[in-house]
Order: sequence, then structure tokens, then C-alpha cells
Amino acid sequence: MSDQKTFLLDGREIPFEPGQTVMQAALTAGVFIPHLCYHPEFRPHGSCKLCTVKINGRPATSCTMPAQAGMEVESDTAEIRDKRRALVQMLLVEGNHFCPSCEKSGHCKLQALGYALGVMTPHFTHFFPDRPVDASHPEVLLDFNRCILCELCIRASSEVDGKNVFALSGRGLKKHLIVNAESGRLADTDFQATDKAAQVCPVGVILAKRKGFAVPIGQRPFDASPISAQAERYKPVAPAPKKEA
Amino acid sequence: MDNTTQKTLAEILQRHGGDGTRLMQILRETQEALGWLAPDTLTDIAKGVGVPRARVEGVAGFYSFFHTVPRGRYRILWSDNITDRMLGNGDLMQSLCRRLWLEPGRVSEDGLVSVDFTSCTGMCDQGPALLANYRAVTRMTEDRVEQMAGLIRDQVPVADWPADWFRIEDNVRRADILLKNAMRPGEALKAALAREPEADVETASNARSWREGVHAQAHGPSAVLEEIKKSNLRGRGGAGFTTGIKWEACRHAPGDERYVVCNADEGEPGTFKDRVLLTRQADLVFEGMTVAAYVTGARKGYLYLRGEYRYMLEPLNEILARRRDAGLLGVKILGRQGFDFEIEVHLGAGAYVCGEESALIESLEGKRGVPRNRPPFPVTHGFLGKPTVVNNVETFAAAALIAAKGGEWYRGMGTAKSAGTKLLSVSGDVARPGIYEYPFGITLREVLADAGADNAQAVQVSGPSGLTAADNEFDRKIAFEDIPTAGAFMVFDHSRDMFEVARNFAQFFAHESCGFCTPCRVGTSLLKNLMNKIGEGHGTQADINEIYSLSRLLQMASHCGLGHTAPNPLLDTLDKFRPAYERRLKSLDFEPAFDLDGALARARQMTGRDDAGAHLAESK
Repeated sequence: MSDQKTFLLDGREIPFEPGQTVMQAALTAGVFIPHLCYHPEFRPHGSCKLCTVKINGRPATSCTMPAQAGMEVESDTAEIRDKRRALVQMLLVEGNHFCPSCEKSGHCKLQALGYALGVMTPHFTHFFPDRPVDASHPEVLLDFNRCILCELCIRASSEVDGKNVFALSGRGLKKHLIVNAESGRLADTDFQATDKAAQVCPVGVILAKRKGFAVPIGQRPFDASPISAQAERYKPVAPAPKKEA
Repeated sequence: MDNTTQKTLAEILQRHGGDGTRLMQILRETQEALGWLAPDTLTDIAKGVGVPRARVEGVAGFYSFFHTVPRGRYRILWSDNITDRMLGNGDLMQSLCRRLWLEPGRVSEDGLVSVDFTSCTGMCDQGPALLANYRAVTRMTEDRVEQMAGLIRDQVPVADWPADWFRIEDNVRRADILLKNAMRPGEALKAALAREPEADVETASNARSWREGVHAQAHGPSAVLEEIKKSNLRGRGGAGFTTGIKWEACRHAPGDERYVVCNADEGEPGTFKDRVLLTRQADLVFEGMTVAAYVTGARKGYLYLRGEYRYMLEPLNEILARRRDAGLLGVKILGRQGFDFEIEVHLGAGAYVCGEESALIESLEGKRGVPRNRPPFPVTHGFLGKPTVVNNVETFAAAALIAAKGGEWYRGMGTAKSAGTKLLSVSGDVARPGIYEYPFGITLREVLADAGADNAQAVQVSGPSGLTAADNEFDRKIAFEDIPTAGAFMVFDHSRDMFEVARNFAQFFAHESCGFCTPCRVGTSLLKNLMNKIGEGHGTQADINEIYSLSRLLQMASHCGLGHTAPNPLLDTLDKFRPAYERRLKSLDFEPAFDLDGALARARQMTGRDDAGAHLAESK
């Protein structure tokens, strides 16, 4: 083990394999770093910025930063927790989030991180955007009100499903998720409920129809223990093979 | 879609070989021909280039100058930089809207015209400026507004509007080596080709040919590179990276294809020096790009021209054609075996963020202009993943001079750490706005004196993302070791409200954030809303504190320079012009952002009432 390379994360020694990012190494070692756009099966994206850490005193995005021996990484500090809390609050006011009536409550990562980071109020003024719901597809509902623009469905559809059902349009605060149809309706795409893209949404945008509250509130993944205690779930795994389109 | 439309589209697609990386130009040409990008048009383009439709729609939706909804046969966009506002663009725009019976941002009921604001169009020395169907119009007046409204109502094509409206002045007030350059096209290049390495710089890297198969002549490029390095030339786009090191890194990066990209996406409000360089010294700029190609071994170059400078596309293409005819571009340049290089102009479509080099490359590839994760950097993984040099217009012009006259000569100008000259775009409260070229090391005070600013309160150096300098800083120098700048120099006299300056900049960044990362996407809009809240008289100390805390978040967690620098003007003005904020604050500890009486305005408008009973008693 003596030639195993390591870096320090909040004072704890974390081993890593060459090519691993700080995030991957931390999760492998069982240390949770908050994240939303990272997914164990996909290339890192680096857009949500929840995983921002300080490496040797400089801010960096841990999901895209390659691990290097001897790094000193700060993650769970008061300063960084403050920033992460503000980022979650930003996402909450940017969209329209109503946890009590949301089917994803209890397995929504945004909600779980809200609890983990001590979000007691939205803090910022709500933008209350006008975002339509797309219920055209027979099996799947799209509720854009909850979209946090992590692009996981876009990546899953293109990289695993080989379909390109989703994409982004607009810019800045007007950036939004679109689907691959002239009508703009999911029903007019080749999307299927069995697609990988149907399974990766960390919040409640892509929902299976007629499956409301199958798991009772109180027995959902983040009801049992906080997300910060579930690093195990997010360990890097081999990417899913691409399907033939 | 009718037959003519289909034919037009087919022609455009064919002209670009159905190449998805040329999507920006395909969308622009289609819109120029058809007026807007209708849903079925996007479907056809997607089929034509073999890219998923949603991705094409995503690109069209990213850039301000592409419309996926009709915007009228006349699209008037008023430049909304603070310098335009100081020249009265707001009243003029209102007047135009009144005359056309229009609301800003809305298309007229008959689909004829829409009037809106756009980010700085780079005409700050001759504002108020606007774009009429994307053609630049300068020096707007009430008379011109009246005439313009008439021309639009009479449906006179923009091409037949008075030519004088489209006249764009260079306003060169002080010229030095760049603007005085009188070399003939090709001269710098010939001098570069004539350079052979000195014996002592003959290193191992020279042996590694810049282009396979031409070993005998491979020494020349490294000799030119030595001159660039010796000159200590640093990038003129603002960041100041050493050009020689960048070129060398690209030259040595593994790969068989390389690219040279000239960043003429001059989007920083208050900057217009690249426009003048490309008007007066385009050959020198192209020559600099060709020198870079010679040094790095690139065969293809792009000039990324901002969409606001659409009017330059044809003149620049003519210059490129002339250079091709003269053997200064194309195959075997100046007869040198293996020295092949082509330059193409790529037109942007209204996105400030594309000035960031990796976003610019994404845009060149026909994608949304979103900055990439770095590393890797463009010198190793740039355009189409190949090693790419991206430099500013002014950097290439300087590089051409250095290739001709040598690094020592260039290094003799400026200061120890900032060699050469710098072009400043001076605008605002000055008697003589325009372009000033100085050796580095000039003080703000000297520039102010030359430009005729005798009552200056502040200077915004390098645009909103730069520095707000107060009068106790006027002895500071323009130089990388003191105040680095991309070239903007906006002057505000004592009659100006520095809060409104900062508010304009906050609005700019919120409009231009690409939206990739959370802190910048949401944070720039939150900052804008806070500035509006304070501006409307609802702010408290808590809002000032909030500006500071959001600023720290943007500086720490943003993905690129846009988010990192967006708080600069707010922090600078809060620091140096605090009273401009404080006199707007309510003295209360807490003040709701929500204005109860203001919320009734719409109801008053609908009912046509404005009597005392239609207002809440306690307000105002």
C-alpha cells in the first residue's frame, strides 16, 4: 500500500487510482461530497457547482478536477457549506418546487441536499418562472417546473439510449430543457419509459405516470438517512453500454 | 414550407456542404433569407446537417440574434451600453416606439416591426447606436427617429435608408506603431519567411518539424517564434497570457492538424478598437494570423467576428480574396513549399460569452457558446479537439509587426513587463471620443487630458468586467503590472450617477450569462434584481450585504471569467462611490421588495383610473 497515491480531504487521507477525479476518489472512500449534476455512470459535467471545494486554498469543482497526490482539499467547512447552501437556495428559487406535493419527495437529491445543508428558507426572492408541463407522452410526465438543468437526461439519452431526446435551449436564466420534436411534445419523440434518460433525473422532472406514491413517504431513500451518509450509493461504476439507436 | 423557401434553404445547406460545424452560418444565412427560423425550417436544417433537431433548436435559442419566433420585418435593436444611455438612448427608443404604436420588446400587431434593446454594439464613440435588421446605425437623434419611423411605416427596405446613417467613423485620435503601420500586404510575411534562426537558438525543438516533410525549411518558423518570445508580447484580450508561450505550446502539441483563431468577438461594453483595427489594418491582422500559422503549422484559420459587426463581413472577405490572389493565402504561400493557410470569417450572433476562448471555439463548431471545462486548454484541445491558438485581433496585428521588425524593437516600447502599445477605446464624458494608441505605461490622467475630460469622476477601465477607477487612482498606469485592460475606457463626469453605471453593468451580465453553472446563471439575475430593488428605492443595508455575499459566491464558484468578474463593478462602486447607493436606501431595517401601490399600476392602466382612490394611501 505504500505506493498508493493519496490526497487529504478535510484532514483525512483519501487513496485514488490514476485518472480518478477528486469526487470519484472521495465517494469510493466513502466520503460524501454534495453534488447534483454528477452521476456515477456519466462523464463529469461541472455545472451545478455544489461540489465546489478548495484545493490548496483555491476553489475548484471536485467532480471535474483530476486527483493528484498530495493535494489538500477542504470540503466540509463552514465557508463551503454556506456557499453550497446558497447554491441549493438559488436552484429552489429559480424553479417552482413544492416538496409536499411532489412525487419525488424523499428521493429527490435537491431536497435531500437542502436538508443536509440546513436550508431552512429559500432566502432569495423567488423568480416564479412560467414553465409548462408536458403530459403528452402516454407513460411519462415532464414537469419542467422542477428542472435544475443538470443535463443528466440529455447525456443519458445521447450517450446510453442513442436517441438525443433532450437538449437545452435559451440562455442564462431563460435556459430550459427542450425535447427533440418540431411540436415540442415528448409524445412526438422516440422516448420510451424504459430509456436510461427516464431514470436519471435527480429531481422530479421526468416521472412515470400512474405510479404515484408507490413507496410511502417515510420509507424513501432519504427518509432513512441523510444523503450525506449515503456516499456508497454514488461510487463510480462503469458507464452503461450504449444501445443501438 | 413553400417551394421558394425550400429552394433557398437547400442552396444554403449545399453551400455549406451540410456540415454541422457550420451551423451558425447556416442559421444566420437562413434567417437573413427567410426573416426568422420557423419550427419546420429548424427541422429541415437539422436533417440537412445530420444533427438532432433539438440541438439545432438549442443553438438557435442560445444566440440573441437568432429568432425562433417572428420578430417583424424590421427589427430595431438599440445598443444599451451605459454610454448610449448617457447619450439619451432611452428617450429616443421610447419616441420610436410611440411613433410606431409599439411596446418595447413586442412585435407590432401587423408583424411589421419590433423595437428592443441589445448589449453594447461597439459604437460608443458615436452613439446612441442601434442595429436595424443587424446593420449598424450610429449617431441617432430625434430627427432620425422621426424619419426612421416614417421609413418603417412606408416599408422602405433598410438598404434604401439614408447612407449617412450607416456611416461609421474610425475616430483615430492618437496613432502609434499599429495604427501608423504603412507596410504593404505581404511585407511582414516576407520578412518572417526570411528569418533564419540564430545559431544559439537552434534547439531540439527545431528538429521537430512544424510540418512533416519540409525539414529543410523548418528552421524559419522557430526563428519567428523566437522573435515573438523575445518581444514579450502578451495577449491583448485582457488576460495577458504570453503569446510566444501560447504559440509554442500549440506548435509542440501532438496532432497533425492545427488551427489559428482570431477573436474579434469584441463584446466587452465600451470596447471598439478591434472594429477600427479591422477597418484600417485588416491586412496586418490577417498577416499576424498567417505568421501564427507559419509558426504553429496550422493550415486553417478563423476570424470570429461579432454579429454586431455584420457590415464588415463583405469588406473583410474582399481583403481575403485579394490576399489569396496575391499569394498571401492558399497553397504555397509566397512560394514556400508546404506553407498552406486559409482564413475564413465566422460571424457570431450576439453572445458576449463567446469572447471567452473555449466558448468561442464551441460556437465555431456550431454549438451553444458555453465555456468548456479546463484543462485541457485550447492550445492542445481546441477547435474540433485539435491544437488551436486563439488570440485577440490586436495581438495578431502586433505579432505581424514583430515578425517584420523583430522582438528587440518591439520590446523597446512600453514598460518592463508590458511591451509595446495598447489601443484604448475612449468614450463617455470626453470632448474627443475615439481610439487612442499609447505605449504601455500611460496614466489614466494623461489619457483623460488627451481626450478632453476635465471633470472626470471615474473611469471604467476594461469594461464592466474590469476596474472602476476613482479620481484618486488617475495616476495609475495602463499596464499588466498595474491596470491590465482589453481596451475599454469609459469616462464618467461628476454629473453621472455611479449607481446607475453599476446597475447597467449588472443588467448586462444577467443578460449575457450563458446559464451553464448555477452561481452565474441565478446569481447574475439575483444581483440585477437587487440593484433594481435599490434603484427603485426599496433597498436596505441588508441588500448591500446580500450583494457582497452573492459576489463572493460568484467569484468562488463560477465556471468561467464571466461569473468571476460580474461582481467587479458592484464591488468597486460600493467601495468607491458608496453614497450613490446609500442615498437610495430606506432607513428602515427591513423593506419589502414588493411595492404594494406599484402592483396596482396594471389595474389602474386597465381601468383608466389615476385618482387618489386608486392609490394606496401610505405610499409616496
